Amino acid sequence: MDITSPSFKENATRAIGDKSLQKALGNVERGFIYKRAKAVAAVPAFETLRDAARDIKNHTLAHLDLYLEAYADKVAATGGHVHFAETAADARDIVLDICRRVEAKTVTKGKSMITEEIALNDHLEKNGITTVETDLGEYIIQLRGEHPSHIIAPAVHLNKEQIEADFRRVHDKLPPERNLDEPVALLGEARAVLRERFLAADVGITGANFLVAETGTSIIVTNEGNGDLTQILPRVHIVVASIEKVVPTLEDASAILRVLARSATGQEMSVYTTLSTGAKRSGDPDGPDEYHVVLLDNGRSAMLGTPFEDMLRCIRCGACMNHCPVYQVVGGHAYGWVYPGPMGSVLTPTLIGVDKAGHLPNASTFCGRCESVCPMRIPLPKMMRHWRENAFARHLTPPSERSGLGVWKFLARRPALYALATGIAVRAMALLKPKGGRFRTLPFASGWTRHRDLPAPEGRTFQAMWKDRKAGK
Amino acid sequence: MGDSSHSRPRVGLLVTCLVDAMRPTVGFAAVDLIEKAGCEVDVPAQTCCGQPAYNSGDRDGARLLAEAVIAAFEPYDYVVAPSGSCAAMMKQHYPGLFADDPHWHARAERFSAKVFELVSFLVDVRGMTGVEASYSGKVTYHDSCSGLRELGVREQPRKLLGSVAGLEITEMKDADVCCGFGGAFCVKYPDISNAIVGKKADNIIASGAQTVLAGDLGCLMNMAGKLARDGSKVKARHVAEVLAGMTDRPAIGESE
Amino acid sequence: MSGRDAVISRIRRSLGVAEDEATRRLTVARRLETAPVAPQPAQAQSSPAERFDLFREKAEAVSATVTRVASPGEVPTEIADYLRGQNLAPRIRRGADPRLGAMPWKSVPTLEVWAGPSDGNDPVGLSHALGAAAETGTLFVTSGADNPTTLNFLPETHIVVVAAEDIEASYEATWQRLRTTHGKGTMPRTVNLISGPSRSGDIEQTILLGAHGPKRLHIIVVG
Repeated sequence: MDITSPSFKENATRAIGDKSLQKALGNVERGFIYKRAKAVAAVPAFETLRDAARDIKNHTLAHLDLYLEAYADKVAATGGHVHFAETAADARDIVLDICRRVEAKTVTKGKSMITEEIALNDHLEKNGITTVETDLGEYIIQLRGEHPSHIIAPAVHLNKEQIEADFRRVHDKLPPERNLDEPVALLGEARAVLRERFLAADVGITGANFLVAETGTSIIVTNEGNGDLTQILPRVHIVVASIEKVVPTLEDASAILRVLARSATGQEMSVYTTLSTGAKRSGDPDGPDEYHVVLLDNGRSAMLGTPFEDMLRCIRCGACMNHCPVYQVVGGHAYGWVYPGPMGSVLTPTLIGVDKAGHLPNASTFCGRCESVCPMRIPLPKMMRHWRENAFARHLTPPSERSGLGVWKFLARRPALYALATGIAVRAMALLKPKGGRFRTLPFASGWTRHRDLPAPEGRTFQAMWKDRKAGK
Repeated sequence: MGDSSHSRPRVGLLVTCLVDAMRPTVGFAAVDLIEKAGCEVDVPAQTCCGQPAYNSGDRDGARLLAEAVIAAFEPYDYVVAPSGSCAAMMKQHYPGLFADDPHWHARAERFSAKVFELVSFLVDVRGMTGVEASYSGKVTYHDSCSGLRELGVREQPRKLLGSVAGLEITEMKDADVCCGFGGAFCVKYPDISNAIVGKKADNIIASGAQTVLAGDLGCLMNMAGKLARDGSKVKARHVAEVLAGMTDRPAIGESE
Repeated sequence: MSGRDAVISRIRRSLGVAEDEATRRLTVARRLETAPVAPQPAQAQSSPAERFDLFREKAEAVSATVTRVASPGEVPTEIADYLRGQNLAPRIRRGADPRLGAMPWKSVPTLEVWAGPSDGNDPVGLSHALGAAAETGTLFVTSGADNPTTLNFLPETHIVVVAAEDIEASYEATWQRLRTTHGKGTMPRTVNLISGPSRSGDIEQTILLGAHGPKRLHIIVVG
């Protein structure tokens, strides 16, 4: 997909002015924040569960080489095929090769951010293979030629009227007079249309929420059941997953599952948690004949042992973006690539480069709400700051900001000079002070006064007044 | 201060650059409250805690300023700031700046242990349970992010405000959600900042309060500026002004 | 160098570890062998006496319906009653599970019972669960000729039978049950953990039942 992260600022301004988007984003609060709070409050031990989940991932990452080997060996032992992919291109080619070998015409897909990351659909389509997204939200945005605006609610930027218009446009064999006013009618139509697609598919591609080393199992978590129909009906099931999805045992997956759904949707457990191990067994009446796992690195191994290692604990619940004041007003597309919100602001620069994604870690107030809700206790603001440091060290910070910071630093290290300079500035502003006590415009503060009045200073600096007071003046 | 004050803890006030330049009243309110809490207050020559550099990715710059702050405030028993974000910078982030320097790291650790945000210092350290002040009308309290999430400041200001005669607290929706200030963020991304503070202003107005209070001047200037631009009559004050009874000065962004 | 070697050796470089560190290997082997249980919430620690009630409460909270019968012999009648109550045709498809096979289907002549996987044309699927975890009202259904996975997803109505004694407190306890039946480290092709009927919130965050899977999940607890 096209990267528009360099124009994040313009994207954001456009998003803020988009009334329909703003209306849709209002659903984030109702759909996620309130429900998560309720689910978390219902579990007194939730903080302990977060600690446990964090510890499991930390242990796994510290032994990632060994757990991955154990996992891959176990998959092979259960009749599956593991393919390691160093890059996105490798992963695309592996998937395409499998599809070609089995002469696949149609591929159904369960919801998967990793296939967005490697831009798999485009690659398959270019090579003559039809891809059908089957998660309702993914299906809707595929009809619109869009990408997900949220990692678990891909169509959260849309209102039902827009979806109705798309269905009428694309499902043009259905009677035009049919009533699609209610969401339930839209769901029913999508269910019927997609059911045929499920039954006709040659290959089903899913992601994975977990890979279990103990058993060679991949796990997907869904609410719709689309991931299951994607993987049990076609002849071939391909799992595309990144290397950090591995956990040691079923017990470990269970512990993380306890914080996943609660943090994501406020459910105690998602409707379907599905464990797949190998291809169908002799005697199985259904299930795929072939089972492949494409294990993607794509820069992740290089994050180990760096300040960004913590990010590899991420379980893609979306809580950070749901609770982010910036995401809430700009939506996911403004971030300009696959992963939006705070987790994206950390991950995207590692995947597409901080030169392109430099805005993302800067576009945060460091309010810390993301970290406070992250089930895996990922210090997201800290890592966004690491990116700012990285950009500053590489002189990618805008020159105006750099020189401003330089002047300020020069003064801030010289208290006497600083006192003099602030004293003069404050007096000057006080002289200019309008009658109302605040500036409506100020030439050097237009970023502020474009939208807000600037309260005027009281007139003297505290330190000057304190000196007078100590001197008994 | 006379010799009789030796038993009283000595507090170094980090007044913060915003309070120093924009609203000295908050500094005097802080001094008054710390003194009422049985401490001796001093204000060593100071500039800034280094947060602007730190948040811009200039770690070395932040470290230089941190060294100056630590050196200036080392003699005191406590270091108090009328700001959650400056206090959090000194308390939570200074030691990390010196991770590769054991000598400075140890110094920073000792320093950080003495740092407190003003209201949590009064309540948690000095055991203050109430103040003798009065303020008439309904107020709503905005939880500034750093104070809330990095220092656990939530109940302390509400507790002390509860003792102010004539004051009624009314909670706004999403009191714990960011106001969109974010230091340099508000001028680097003005449209986003505005969209966030717009929601905050709506929540403040919907609460029915006549005054919004907070513990950080940056947030207050942001909220006051937005409320004024939107034509609202809601006043904005630092919580210390109300607790110290220093509300004869005009509210933030108001004239004499 | 294979992709596997390349990725694994890059991980080792980043972690600063060597391939042959015996302590690390031992740590990993031991963890895979012992599968330690992390701290659990209170709701995952119900006593046997509390278990059925908790299971029912949690399953009903996610829009499943739960009923309890004293013996397997009552299941066919219960199913017929349920379908009648829902105004659904008395036609079901089930797998070859011997526990289901042994039930007296002929005692309810109106009920049509088919065996085998579903091709998508069955209105009602019937499965027998391996067990369940009371903590979230979650059924554990394993694949195989006994319980084809298609029955869990294609029919609009899914009925699942589970023995009361097979309801465990937690997920971990249910994995232990699976290890007992299948052997440690051995898994059926598919294990479905099912907590309520299918749903989607993708249209304006409004939760609707029956997205791609069943619209109804009816659980019959036996014993």
